[in-house]
Amino acid sequence: MLELRSVTKRFGGVVATDNVALEVVQGEVHALIGPNGAGKTTLIGQISGSLQTDVGTVRFLEKDVTALRQHERVRLGLARSYQITSIFKRFTVLDNLALAVQARSGSSFSFWRPVAAEAALFDEARAISREIGLAERLAVMAGNLAHGEQRALEVGLALATRPRLVLLDEPMAGMGPEESQRMIALIGRIRAGVTVLLVEHDMDAVFRLADRITVLVNGRVIARGKPAEIRADKDVRRAYLGDELAA
Amino acid sequence: MKRNLLVLSLLIAFPIAMVGMENLFYVSFASRVMIYAIAATSLNLVLGYGGMLSFGHAAFVGAGAYVASILVAEGVASVWIGWPTAVAASALLAWVIGAISLRTRGVYFIMITLAFAQMMFYLVNSMKAYGGDEGLTLPRRAELGLGLDLGNEVVFYYVVLFVLLAALYALHRVIHSRFGRVMIAIRENGARVEALGLPVYRYQLLCFVIAGAAGGLAGALLASHGKYVNPNVLHWLQSGTLMIMVILGGVGHLWGGAIGAAVLLVLEHVIADYPLPWLAQVAPNYQQHASLGVGIVLLVIVLFAPQGIAGLISRRKNA
Repeated sequence: MLELRSVTKRFGGVVATDNVALEVVQGEVHALIGPNGAGKTTLIGQISGSLQTDVGTVRFLEKDVTALRQHERVRLGLARSYQITSIFKRFTVLDNLALAVQARSGSSFSFWRPVAAEAALFDEARAISREIGLAERLAVMAGNLAHGEQRALEVGLALATRPRLVLLDEPMAGMGPEESQRMIALIGRIRAGVTVLLVEHDMDAVFRLADRITVLVNGRVIARGKPAEIRADKDVRRAYLGDELAA
Repeated sequence: MKRNLLVLSLLIAFPIAMVGMENLFYVSFASRVMIYAIAATSLNLVLGYGGMLSFGHAAFVGAGAYVASILVAEGVASVWIGWPTAVAASALLAWVIGAISLRTRGVYFIMITLAFAQMMFYLVNSMKAYGGDEGLTLPRRAELGLGLDLGNEVVFYYVVLFVLLAALYALHRVIHSRFGRVMIAIRENGARVEALGLPVYRYQLLCFVIAGAAGGLAGALLASHGKYVNPNVLHWLQSGTLMIMVILGGVGHLWGGAIGAAVLLVLEHVIADYPLPWLAQVAPNYQQHASLGVGIVLLVIVLFAPQGIAGLISRRKNA
C-alpha cells in the first residue's frame, strides 16, 4: 500500500532521514519506533507531503506520489494526525469534524448555500464523534476539551477524511494510563477499516497493536520485523529498547 | 434583527430628513462614508475572515477608481459598462498580486502587498495622459440610466446604500457557506486545513480576488462620488486607513468594516469642523491634525476592545 525507497531529508547539514526504505501492507498496523530525534516525525512529514523529499520515492497505492502536494495525497486516501495537537480550537467539536467531512465530500468552492443546511455533513460528523468517544461533547469548543479528548479529536479529524492509510504521530503523547487505554481501544477498532502507520513511544501500545515494527535510529532503519523479532533484536535493544526490557 | 431593521430605516430616512433641512452636504458625506464602508468590508473579508494581512488594499480600490474614471473621461459614461469593467480590472489585479504574494507568509506578505500597491501608485502618478500626479477631473458622474440621475445627491446616496447592503448580504452568505467555513478554518489553522485535503493556496487566492473585486467597485463609486480621482487613492496611507477602519470596527465581524468607516470618517469630520476653543488655545493648529484624535481613539479601542466596536456591541448583547 505504501512503499518508501531510499527516502532522505536534510536540514542544512543535518541528515534527518537517511536512505529509508519502508513498506506498509494493506490491513496491517505498522509501528515506527525509535528514540527522540530519530527522524520519525520528519518521515511522517515526507510521507504525508508536508515536507519535500530530497532524495528517494514515496509510492502510495502503486502510484508515485513523491511530487504530489499534501492535499493531493489526502485526496488519494493518505491522512495524518499530529504529535502536537493541531485542531480548530475556536470551533466546536461538531464543526471540527464537519469541516473534515466537508473537505472530502463535494466541492468546497461553494459560496452561497449555508453549510448549516447540509444535514448530511453533520450526520456524518456525529457518527465519527461516536467512533472517537466524543458524542457527548459536540457543542464544546475544541480548545476547552481535556487533553485526552483533544487527542481523540486530533485522530478523529484524520479519520473523518476517510483515509485508506492513516499516519498517527504519537497519538498517546501526554496521555495518562486510562486515556492511553482508550486510545489503544480506538486504534484497535479502526484497524478493521483502515491501514495504520503508528509512531509511538508507548511500548505497551506498540507491542499490543503492531503487526510489524520498523525501528529508526539517527534517520536510518536499523531493524524491521514482527514484534517478537524486534524484541529479540540485539541492535534494537542496545540502541533503544535496552532500558525498558532489561527492567 | 430588530437592531438591523432600525439601522436600515434610519439609513433610508436620512436623506429625506436632510433634504427637509436643505442640507445636501451631509447626504453627500454619508455617501462617502458608505463607499468607504464597502471598501473596508471588502478588506475585512481578507483580513478578518481570511487572516491575510494585506497592506495593499488601496491598489484595488484605486484601480477601480481609475478604470471607472478613465472610461468616463473617454466618453463611456454608462455605469453598466464602467463599474463591471472596474470590478473586473481590480479582480485581475488582485489575482496577479495575490498569486505572487500568497507564496509568502507573515511580515513578508505584508511587505509584498504594500510594495505592489506602491508600484501601482507610482504607475498612476506617471500616467500623464490621465492627469498624472494632479489627478483626473471628470465633467460629470457616470450615468445609471433607468430614468435616475446619479448627479442628484439623494439618488446617488440610495444607489450607494443599495450596493453597501448587497455587499454586506453577500459577505454574510459567503462566511456561512462551505467556502467561508474553509476560509475561517485557514485563519485558525492553515496547516491542518491542508492536512484535511484542501488546497489552502487556492482558497486564499480566490478570497483575495473576491475582496479585490469588491474593493474595485468601491473605487468606482468613490471616483463617481467626487467626480475626481488622484493617485493618493492608491497611496499606502489609504491602505492604512482602510486597515484602521477594519480594526476599529471589528476584525472578522460582519459589520466591522462599516462601523469602522463610519466612526473614523465622522470623527475626522467632527475634529476638523467643530473647533474646541480650549484646545485651540493650547494647540492652534490641532484641527489640521485630525489623525491625532483618531490615533487616541484607535489606541483606546485596541487596548480595551480588541474585538473592535462591533465586538463590544455583540458582547453586550450576549451578556
